[in-house]
This record gives sequence, C-alpha cells and structure tokens, in this order.
Amino acid sequence: MADVTLKGIVKDFGSTRIIHGVDLQIKDRELIVFVGPSGCGKSTLLRLIAGLEDITDGDMFIDGDLVNQRSPKERKIAMVFQSYALYPHMNVYENMAFGLELSKHSKEDIKDKVMEAARILELTPLLERKPKQLSGGQRQRVAIGRAIVRNPKVFLFDEPLSNLDAALRVQMRIEIAKLHQDMDATMVYVTHDQVEAMTLADRIVVLNAGRIEQVGSPLELYHRPRNKFVAGFIGSPKMNFIEAQVTGVAEDGVELSVIGSDPVKVAVDPTGLAVGDKVEFGIRPEHMGSGTEGELSGKVEVIEELGESHFLHVRLTDGSLITVQGRGDATAKAGESCKVKLDCSHAHVFGGDGFAFSKLGTLGQHEKTATLEGA
Amino acid sequence: MTLALQQDGTATRKAKRSNLSSARLRAAWLFLAPMMIALAAVAGWPLLRTIWLGFTDANLTDLSQSQFIGFENYLSYYDGEAYGVLVDAEWWNAVWNTLWFSVISVGLETLFGLLIALILNAEFKGRGLVRAAVLIPWAIPTIVSAKMWGWMLHDQFGVINEILLGVGILSEPVAWTADPSTAMWAVIMVDVWKTTPFMALLTLAALQMLPGDIYEAARVDGINPIRVFFKVTLPLIRPAIIVAVIFRSLDALRVFDLIYVLTSSSTSTMSMSVYARQQLVDFQEVGYGSAAATLLFIVIALLTTITVVAGGLKSGEGEQS
Repeated sequence: MADVTLKGIVKDFGSTRIIHGVDLQIKDRELIVFVGPSGCGKSTLLRLIAGLEDITDGDMFIDGDLVNQRSPKERKIAMVFQSYALYPHMNVYENMAFGLELSKHSKEDIKDKVMEAARILELTPLLERKPKQLSGGQRQRVAIGRAIVRNPKVFLFDEPLSNLDAALRVQMRIEIAKLHQDMDATMVYVTHDQVEAMTLADRIVVLNAGRIEQVGSPLELYHRPRNKFVAGFIGSPKMNFIEAQVTGVAEDGVELSVIGSDPVKVAVDPTGLAVGDKVEFGIRPEHMGSGTEGELSGKVEVIEELGESHFLHVRLTDGSLITVQGRGDATAKAGESCKVKLDCSHAHVFGGDGFAFSKLGTLGQHEKTATLEGA
Repeated sequence: MTLALQQDGTATRKAKRSNLSSARLRAAWLFLAPMMIALAAVAGWPLLRTIWLGFTDANLTDLSQSQFIGFENYLSYYDGEAYGVLVDAEWWNAVWNTLWFSVISVGLETLFGLLIALILNAEFKGRGLVRAAVLIPWAIPTIVSAKMWGWMLHDQFGVINEILLGVGILSEPVAWTADPSTAMWAVIMVDVWKTTPFMALLTLAALQMLPGDIYEAARVDGINPIRVFFKVTLPLIRPAIIVAVIFRSLDALRVFDLIYVLTSSSTSTMSMSVYARQQLVDFQEVGYGSAAATLLFIVIALLTTITVVAGGLKSGEGEQS
C-alpha cells in the first residue's frame, strides 16, 4: 500500500490543456474520490496516475518514488474500467489469471491468488463462464478480482458502476466500501455521481475544467463548500442560489435582504462586505420549508412526490425558480401561492467571484472531525 | 357460456393473426421473387444445363445432335481400358495444381494481409492515403493486372529480368511464365500481389471492431505486446479471418483468368477451370468439358462445406461479448 503525491500535474492534448497544474496528496490506505461534471478531467487525472497517459508537466510520486517515466506495471497499480475491459474469449478464471501468467508466479501460486479473489467476490461458481454469460454486476466483480490478484499498491476505479442499473449500483457500492475496509488499500475512485462520492469517500476531490475546486471530507464539502461550484455540485437536488443585498454587517454575521424580504441573518465572516453589496444567497432545498409563513413568497409550479419526501418547484417574485424539500406528502397544489421559510443557520453567502464567505460559529461534531482530517 | 365465448374470442384472434402473418409472407415472397427469378435464370439454369450436358456426348459444332450417354464422360471402359475425366492424368494434374495454388496463395495472402492490416490499424500521419493506396492492386481488373505482369515477367522485354540482370542476381534472362519450374510461382506471386489488399481490408475491419479498453487493461497488467497479440488479438479476429479465408478459397479454387492470361494452357499451371475450358472450347468436347466443370463444382462445394463446418465450429469459440 502506498501514498500518491501529485505536484503541479499538467496534461495537454495537442494544444488543449486538460489538466491545469493539480497538486494533491493521497494518503496511504485512503479512499479518495474524484468527482466532477463530464469533461472536467477526472478520468484523465486517473489515467495519468495509472500511467496510461504521459504527464506533460509536473511530478508524480507513488510510495515516495518518482513515477513520471514508469509504465503502469512498474507503478504497481491496478485499474478497474467503466466498461469492465474483460477479455471476451477467456473465462472468468483466465481473465483473472492472465495478468499473473508472465510474472514469476508459479501455477499453484496463481491458482491460490485467483481462488482467494474469487472467494472474496463470490465468483467461485462462475469461474468457468465467459464474460458474456455474466450479468453486469458479475462482470464488474471479475474486473475487480483481476485488480485484487495483482496485489497492487494503488487501486484505480474509473466510473466502475456507471454501466449498472440503480439497484445493482447501490449493492456494488456497498461491496466496494467493504472491500476497502477489508483490503486496507489506497484507492482512487472516479465518478460523476455525487451520491457515490459522498457515500464511499474518505475525502472527495471536486474537479472542474481541469482544476481542483475543493478537497475535503464529504460532510465538509456539504456544509462548507469553498465556492458556488462545489455548493451546486454536492447535494441533490442542488443548492438554490438567490440574489440578495447586504443590509447590515456585524461581527457575528451579515444581514441580507433576499429579493426584498425582511433582513435575515447568516453567520458568515463578513470581511470585505459592506451594506448595499450584491451577493448570492445559497440554501439547500432540505433547509427550507413551505407553508403560510416565511421570508419569501412565490407560486408553486411543479410538485415532485417521492413518498418519504416531496419537492416543490417554486417561482419566486423575481422570476427565479427554487426547489423546496418537504417531508411526507405535499399539501400544496400546483399553481397555488405559498410562502417559503428559510433555515438560515445552514445558509451560505457567495460573493461576485463565486467564492463563499467562510462560516462562523461552532461546528457540528461530524463537521469538526471532518474539517480536521481534511486540513 | 363464458367458456364458449372465450374460445370464440381466441379463435378469432388466431384467425386474425394468421391472416396478418400470411399477408406478411406474401409480401416477403413478392419482394424475393425478382431476385429468385434472376438467380434461377443466370445461375440455376446454366448449372443444371452444365450438369445435364456432362451426361451427353454434345459437341460444340452442333449442340442439337447430343445424346444421353450416362456416366461415360466420367468413367467408361472400352476393351479393358478406362476412359473419362476421372482417369485422365491431366485432370488430376489440374486438380493438384489448383489445390497447390489455392493453399499457397491464400496462405500467403492471409499472412501478408494480417501484417498490412496491423500496420494500417496503427495511428500514423497519412494513414488514409496509405489505406487507399494499398487497395489499388485489388481495384485493377484481373485481366489488366495479369497482362501487366505478363509484360513485366516477359523473358526478353520484361522489366523484372532487366532489373535482376542489372543487379547481377541473374546471369541470363528467365522465362518466368513459360519455364515449368517457375511458372506456378509466378502465378502465385501475381495473385498474392493482387489479392492481399482484400485480406488486409477484411482483417483491418475486424481489428477496428476490437474494444480498445482490453488493450489498456493489458497495459496496466504489464503484458508484453507480442503475448497480447497471440493471446488476445488473434483469438478475437479469428472468426473474421476464417470468413476471409473461405471467400478467398472459393475464388482461388476456380481461378481461371490469371492463369490463362499469364501461362495459357500450359500443363505446369493448368487449373481445373482452364482444363474445363480447354475441353469445351479448344477440343469442342462440350459433354466431356461439362463433366469436368461439374466435377469442379463438386470439389468446390465439398471443400467449402468442410471449411464452413470446421471454421463455424472454431468461430464459435471466439465468441465476442
């Protein structure tokens, strides 16, 4: 097992720069998740770690060794691909053993390793089958098994669950989490699914347009996003952003008028803010409520019922559309006017440059440990 | 009552469905008919007529005077001596020549085709141009390339002799297509030159169908490229190569134009088709020639069936997911 260090990693494809100088320290035995919208460079970054792409500039260290010029094999990494990348003409056993056959392992040794991996992944009854006789989840387990038998320093996962259906995705997610616990291995996991990122990660790296937006524990990113991009990307449905004006500045926070509402107080560090400044007020759907009382007023346009909760899509008086989450069944009806209540202890304030003003006050227990770890 | 109604309903549905499917069937036959009629006219009728003529003593001077003579064209005995195609040494020589030509030329074409396809499958500048250029020999009509090579291989005026004499490999000109020891090799070389692009094209198509991710997986596993080729690439493109070999073998077994233009009716290169033509046209023995043509048909049909069955079984192993 090993740590991975990225120093000023740059990657160009022709004249297009895909990765703009990424610095990152991945700790030993950590499960780190790269998340971001498609085209943000998360898969490229993983392929750079794997050695499938050449690094244009910067240095990469695995276990303290500079690996810029090393082949994937010499880096002692194993990779699980989104498309599984199984050899279609080989059976499950051969697929897992193929990578070992040329190395110095004896036949018995290979067999032991493969049988052990098959046992862990519950593939033992399927060893004689060809990939096309397997379900998607089984294929993905074979791909993971192929990685396990090589006993790598670092496991790399490139969107391993995105070809599976929703139910299987949840199940495999749990299996990967369990695998990480059992193997105690360094794992780098790429996904565009923020639920996967939140549930699996020790730390999440949010990438956007080839740059790291924020690195931190899942709850740190949720509660203290560094900027509007991270705030919008983490959490589903996404955070609402509403225009607001600063009406008062105090040491313990700022007072805002959200589209003409009575002032609400948000506990953020007000450095750099003055009365009259225009800012963006950010609040998650789960931190709002609808009813007859509230700071904002609007009209319900669409209702989405989920059973255990519901979403109201409310058109505010300034024309913006926000999402409000409520528990249980919705009482409101589409087309009705309603008031929206804000829980400002969970609100965020973003400046014109998109950066968040840091939050004040005591943190929740989870948040605190998360922040310490991420620091 | 209810039961009766239900049965009634089922019966109506069944009738409706069969009406629909019979309408579809009619439409299908309607669309198939023109092609079936055309095939019957240009392939079925000549084939049946050739088989029939093989059982007659027809002669090119007057086809209307032919008589049914049973298997005499194939095998007959007069005064204890056997006659007929089946005991004709020249026929068996032609069969041997054809098989020799087919095995060697198709073998070489498959090998070179695979090599060229592997090169063309790699990323390099001007790949499109090279791909087009490689296809040129295949696009030239056989008769033209045969004539062209005929001149290039000419013993007195040929450029091949000129070059080989010039660099000192030969001390005197060689009659490549006339000398029995080189004639077959000359024919094989021209055929390989002409048809390798076809094999390269089919193999390239198969190579392009291969998923790229398994090669990355192999790279991550650190498996060397030669091993990847034999353990991954070759098994996966084998079904396509078998199909290509069947196509080419069918062509090679009935080779005519190339051999006829390059070496005329020389015994050392005579193929089954050239033999049949010689009997039919030069000797005007339509009955005897038709018998030879029928045997040619049977040999090709047999070999193809064997190849398809054997190849089909094999291609079943190289399953693609």
